[in-house]
Amino acid sequence: MPDEMEGFEPERYELREPPVHEFALSRREFVEVAGAGLLISVSGVTAWAQRGRGRETSTSGTLESRLHIAEDGMVTLLTGKVEVGQGSRTELAMAAAEEMRLPLERVRVVMADTDLTPNDGASSGSRTTPSTVPAVRSAAAAARELLLEAASRQWQMERGRIEVRDGAAIDPGSNRRFGYPELARSAELAAAFKQALPAGAAVTPVKEWRVLGTPHYRLDGRDIVTGAHRFPSDIQRNEMLYGSVLRPPSYGATLVAADLSAAKKMPGVTAVREGSFVGCAAPTSFAARKAVAAIAATAQWETREHPSSERLFTYLKERAVKEGGDTRRPRVQRKGSVEEGLAQSTRRLRAVYQVPYIQHAPMEPRGAVAEWEGGRLTVWTGTQNPLNARGQLAQAFHLAPEKVRVIVPDTGGAFGGKHTGECAIEAARLAREAGRPVSLRWTRAEEFMWAYFRPAGLFEVEAGLDAEGLITAWDFTNYNAGTAGMETPYRIPHTRTRFLYSDSPLREGSYRGIAATANHFARECCMDELAGAAGKDPLEFRLANLDNARLKDVLLEAAKRFRWQERRKQRRPGMGLGLACGTEKGSYVAACVEVEANRGKGYLRVREISMAFECGAILNPANLRAQVEGAIIQGLGGALTEEIEFENGKLNNGSFAKYPVPRFRDVPPMEIALVNRPDLPPVGAGETPIVVVAPAIANAVFDATGVRARSMPVRVKASTS
Amino acid sequence: MSTTFRFTINGKARSVQTDAERPLLEVLREDLGLTGVKYGCGEGQCRACTVLLDGKPVTSCLTPVSAAAGKKVVTIEGLAAGDRLHALQQAFVDEGAMQCGYCVPGMILTAAALLERNPRPTETQIIDAMNGNLCRCCGYPRILAAVRRAAQGGENA
Repeated sequence: MPDEMEGFEPERYELREPPVHEFALSRREFVEVAGAGLLISVSGVTAWAQRGRGRETSTSGTLESRLHIAEDGMVTLLTGKVEVGQGSRTELAMAAAEEMRLPLERVRVVMADTDLTPNDGASSGSRTTPSTVPAVRSAAAAARELLLEAASRQWQMERGRIEVRDGAAIDPGSNRRFGYPELARSAELAAAFKQALPAGAAVTPVKEWRVLGTPHYRLDGRDIVTGAHRFPSDIQRNEMLYGSVLRPPSYGATLVAADLSAAKKMPGVTAVREGSFVGCAAPTSFAARKAVAAIAATAQWETREHPSSERLFTYLKERAVKEGGDTRRPRVQRKGSVEEGLAQSTRRLRAVYQVPYIQHAPMEPRGAVAEWEGGRLTVWTGTQNPLNARGQLAQAFHLAPEKVRVIVPDTGGAFGGKHTGECAIEAARLAREAGRPVSLRWTRAEEFMWAYFRPAGLFEVEAGLDAEGLITAWDFTNYNAGTAGMETPYRIPHTRTRFLYSDSPLREGSYRGIAATANHFARECCMDELAGAAGKDPLEFRLANLDNARLKDVLLEAAKRFRWQERRKQRRPGMGLGLACGTEKGSYVAACVEVEANRGKGYLRVREISMAFECGAILNPANLRAQVEGAIIQGLGGALTEEIEFENGKLNNGSFAKYPVPRFRDVPPMEIALVNRPDLPPVGAGETPIVVVAPAIANAVFDATGVRARSMPVRVKASTS
Repeated sequence: MSTTFRFTINGKARSVQTDAERPLLEVLREDLGLTGVKYGCGEGQCRACTVLLDGKPVTSCLTPVSAAAGKKVVTIEGLAAGDRLHALQQAFVDEGAMQCGYCVPGMILTAAALLERNPRPTETQIIDAMNGNLCRCCGYPRILAAVRRAAQGGENA
């Protein structure tokens, strides 16, 4: 164990920012909130303090907070988790069906409605599988126990002689059945469901799984292909208006003056300014945009200096917080003595790596529909953290949290980019002004500029090798990128791992795998450089410095599928092979890639990728494969093309035309090995596969060109100097 | 300035009175309730907003409503024959060709136009036809499998 362990927070970029706006109360609203005659001020802080905390699923509560059994036997599972394409709806339905011994189509899932669903935390950090699935399985197993208990009593029969299958308790002797519909009609059930969740109902062992462990696609696939599914931006309400918001011309610009009179004269338009918020609602989006454009033409802004991406990494290093208060002090983990380890080494290596800001760019930009009724606010919005959004809305409008209902219809992508509720706040402000429901959907340009970014990072690494090619020292410093996946999994006697906060020029937040991608890029590229310094094959070098059996397993599996050793011997000009491995959020991944690269032409293409991934027992192999494929291809974007460029407070490439993301043509042949470990508890899988894509490519580029690529995105071009 | 525009939408004659400059996308969604048509970028780069205009796939975000006047518009809502899904819709379900699903209507309509003019496309022809459509979940392999399946009469490719 490290001698000076100070555990890194798993993710520091879970946004903890207050809502973007906090609006004044009218006298009437004040009375509604605070009660007539009370003159104490109503602070939003209370509501804010009650926002959803953490990502863990609550295991307290009653069975009825988790499950409802209808008299026709349909089971409704309630969960605070959201579906953003990661497959949580299907996975949770499978968990309930498994334990209740029900066909999957008899389980319906109600997700993320703060009036109805329990607190399962945010949908982030790959926590649904390790945290919510067990909670759902326990509750469903408890319901199955009730069924068994009721049948046993009704038939005066020992429980051990009764089977539960096909949604019913069955007496194998007489074939009589007592099913969930019968249970639903019993008064006992109602009473039992109001009790605290019974503990100790045994969940089904992996080897007996019938639903879990089998492939299932999205349960509502038909609604998706017919266009019937309503995403947050598709919700339509009676008398609904459409909104548009005035945005500053640059980061940090403040509004000095704006004339709303022209906008207010437009037919059907409601225009509002409060503080920095200016927006319009109108019968069509087109009319709302025209109204905002009229205001924008009169708006005066005070701009301020803003650093450019050109000198981003210098800026991050200059602004690094070396000492500081409680929250921004450096995070350091030490084992042994790096100085000693370096002194023992026969060879030393120093390298610097850079990772830029990138944007999530989910297909559906932020969207919300807000509706006020009798002092209560309901919003439909795409957020990964409905309780946090509810807290932000409550604070912005000085409401008790229970006066705010946040509903998250299955949403058009998130990737860690939708942890907040800013669009809902804007829609709600417009709806309050207009006295009618308002739909607001951010434009792509707004989503690029005003949503938060994956943090940029600068890395300085120094390492030492002994004569045998074993690593003696590892000194790793990360500026700004975050701590996820920062600790080296290799066997190194002397290490120092540091994370330094900096002043980010852009608004930062989570992302698929967040900092683990940046930390793995720096570490796995450096491992390759060390292998080269030791004169060893990159695979052999890693294995020689690794004890972790699960990590070795995926590394060997990926190498075997790729035929790493054989292909390393058959060198072809212009082609390079690279690999990388890693672990994050309890799962293990390795990838081998082949690239074709030509420095003269600046040409780089990934020709093949082979990945092995292990996340414990596999719950839904079809969805797991989709998640791994998606993570690899999405990872190609960050590895090869994606990089936010900004200057004078504006983005230079805030559009799909200027910010290329992976398309059909960019998909290389992929071989994916899903390593199933039924003996290990399942952990989340949506994020970790992305972390090895970029370093494997960078290492292959070196193999092809002899020149190290130390920045993301990886580019090859002949040096001009 | 309002003008009346008439067109055939999903087989039915419809008319709307509206500003000629409004994007077809917004008229379909806001005036006609056809929310299967998706906004993705407003610049024709992602094709989530694809509809068929006289059988040809167009980006409805860049198509003014006036350009659709007198034409036949098909949206994702109009592709199935009653309860019977179009072969592509069925293939997307059978191949699980969706993660968040937001890009799927545009994908299916783009592929429908391809299969209409080329019922047996090669792999390269499929990729060329679909390359303008973005999927940020990056579910491209399954989408390709679904288009292949539909092109082969519902058989798994």
